[in-house]
Amino acid sequence: MNKILSILAVGMVGACSAVSAADIVGTVTYKGAAPAEKTITPILDDPTCGASYNGKAPTTHFYAVGANGEFGDVIVSLKDTTGSTGASAAPAVMDQKACLYTPTILTVQTGQKLIVKNSDPVLHNVHLNPTVPENEKANEASINAAQMPNGADLNYSFVKPEKFLKFQCDVHPWMFAWVTIVDSPYYAQTGADGKFVIKNVPPGKYTIVANHRKAGEKTQDIEVKDANVSVAFTFEPK
Amino acid sequence: MNKNCPTEYNPWLHYFAIATAITTFLLLGLGGLVTSHEAGMSVPDWPNTYGYNMFLFPIGKWVGGVFYEHTHRLLASAVGLLTVILAVWLWRGDARRWMGRLGLVAVLLVIAQGVLGGLRVRWHMDNLGVFHGTVAQVFFILVCALALLTSRWWLQLSAERNWVSVPAGLRSLFVVTTFLIFLQLMLGATMRHQHAGLAIRDFPLAYGQWWPDTSPEAMARYNSQRVEVVTETPVTAFQIILQMFHRLGALAIFLAVTLCAWQARRQLGRRDGLARMAAAWHGLLILQIGLGIETLHSNKAADIATLHVMIGALSLVTGALWCVIAFRRSDATPKLAGNRANSGELNCPAVLALGGK
Repeated sequence: MNKILSILAVGMVGACSAVSAADIVGTVTYKGAAPAEKTITPILDDPTCGASYNGKAPTTHFYAVGANGEFGDVIVSLKDTTGSTGASAAPAVMDQKACLYTPTILTVQTGQKLIVKNSDPVLHNVHLNPTVPENEKANEASINAAQMPNGADLNYSFVKPEKFLKFQCDVHPWMFAWVTIVDSPYYAQTGADGKFVIKNVPPGKYTIVANHRKAGEKTQDIEVKDANVSVAFTFEPK
Repeated sequence: MNKNCPTEYNPWLHYFAIATAITTFLLLGLGGLVTSHEAGMSVPDWPNTYGYNMFLFPIGKWVGGVFYEHTHRLLASAVGLLTVILAVWLWRGDARRWMGRLGLVAVLLVIAQGVLGGLRVRWHMDNLGVFHGTVAQVFFILVCALALLTSRWWLQLSAERNWVSVPAGLRSLFVVTTFLIFLQLMLGATMRHQHAGLAIRDFPLAYGQWWPDTSPEAMARYNSQRVEVVTETPVTAFQIILQMFHRLGALAIFLAVTLCAWQARRQLGRRDGLARMAAAWHGLLILQIGLGIETLHSNKAADIATLHVMIGALSLVTGALWCVIAFRRSDATPKLAGNRANSGELNCPAVLALGGK
């Protein structure tokens, strides 16, 4: 009898969990003309870095806007949610390749490991600029760390949420990356198609926030029930 | 050595002091290049360089920003060494005891300056960079003054009786103007150590207005439109206001220096050395303002912005040395002669050689 009850209980929990979470799917669009990107001309002045570009310098990618306004590199998250699963999540990786950070916009959870690699045949210094003191203290030993060509990876982990924490290389002053730290697993970052999915969100009322480093912030109030929720954000020039 | 006697002119000591001042000026320029290239933190450790003893750091690794920061450290070491030698030389070889003390102050300043620079790197504190930039200016004034005070011209000036006294009002005008320049350089150092590039790009207007809007909405708009290859940091209202004060300061200083040059010519005569020096000062200010405007138009090109720092330092030191000479010349002659006679100074060989009676 007990065994039957146990099986029933497990079955009910399973059934509940199946219906008690839904995905938030959405798109982010940029309507209008984004500011023109600039060519990173100093990269050609450095013989080692310039060798990767055959005389054609890359440009900045501050506004990743597609042909139809698909807006990439926007971080979408649920406001005031907690329960970070960062400690058990796979490490995030950021590389230094051809004297640029890849990717330049990245999102991690609190407690999640961030690995910074150097795939270049040139030294870099990885210089963090946290604005949240706890994040600075947690990474004090590597806040401005040298990384020799193909040197050992650098590891970081953050304890508090922070928007767009700047990573920079002062050896090559055009090299930047911005890491956003969130405190819950309910976040996503738009790809080049401007789409995002936040998976397995428990039912409830939320404020969903879309953040772009340059274009700013947009919010919407949503309610998650037992079906997927669609959200669309549109940014415009200020 | 008779401590009552003014020192005998020692050309080698004077040349050495000049060499120290020139090396310091070059160091200021190199410091300007470090901040203009945003390279201040490109060497994460101090006093080592990427784990090496800094004097043994392989040349092959002097790449990118490391080149500017590392050569800045090496040249700073050279200035430190020159300063110590100069101080010892002054202490032992200059009869004027206060010159030895000035040399000691220079050594203390150069040590403090080195430690400030190192701690700015170790502690990641931009504010220390502002102090580092300010102490650099004070140290530059001091070594230039040492070069002046060891010159034959200065010693002759000390022995002469027929100099034209500089009126107190004129001296005060120059002191205030020089102090204004010092404040302006501190403002400039604060701007440089914000690492935000140009907070305002247009001139003479600022974001199209005589006084820009710094409301949160306006700031968000400015930053959303801002695309920078380097110094990609959001601009703040504080940085915009700082630049506005720097612009107003430049205008106030230009007017003050114009007044100084005009009054020096009127009160001392156009052939007077100090009047000519004031005219040259005026020329430096015009050049400096031109460089400031070009810094904006060139989007803070490193060479232009660095020249702006260097001419700023020259402007400050010109004003400071003008004041030093003016105060020396304005010593009351009879009183000086009486003092010198009482002290037996007039029997000293150097004074006799320079025409003392």
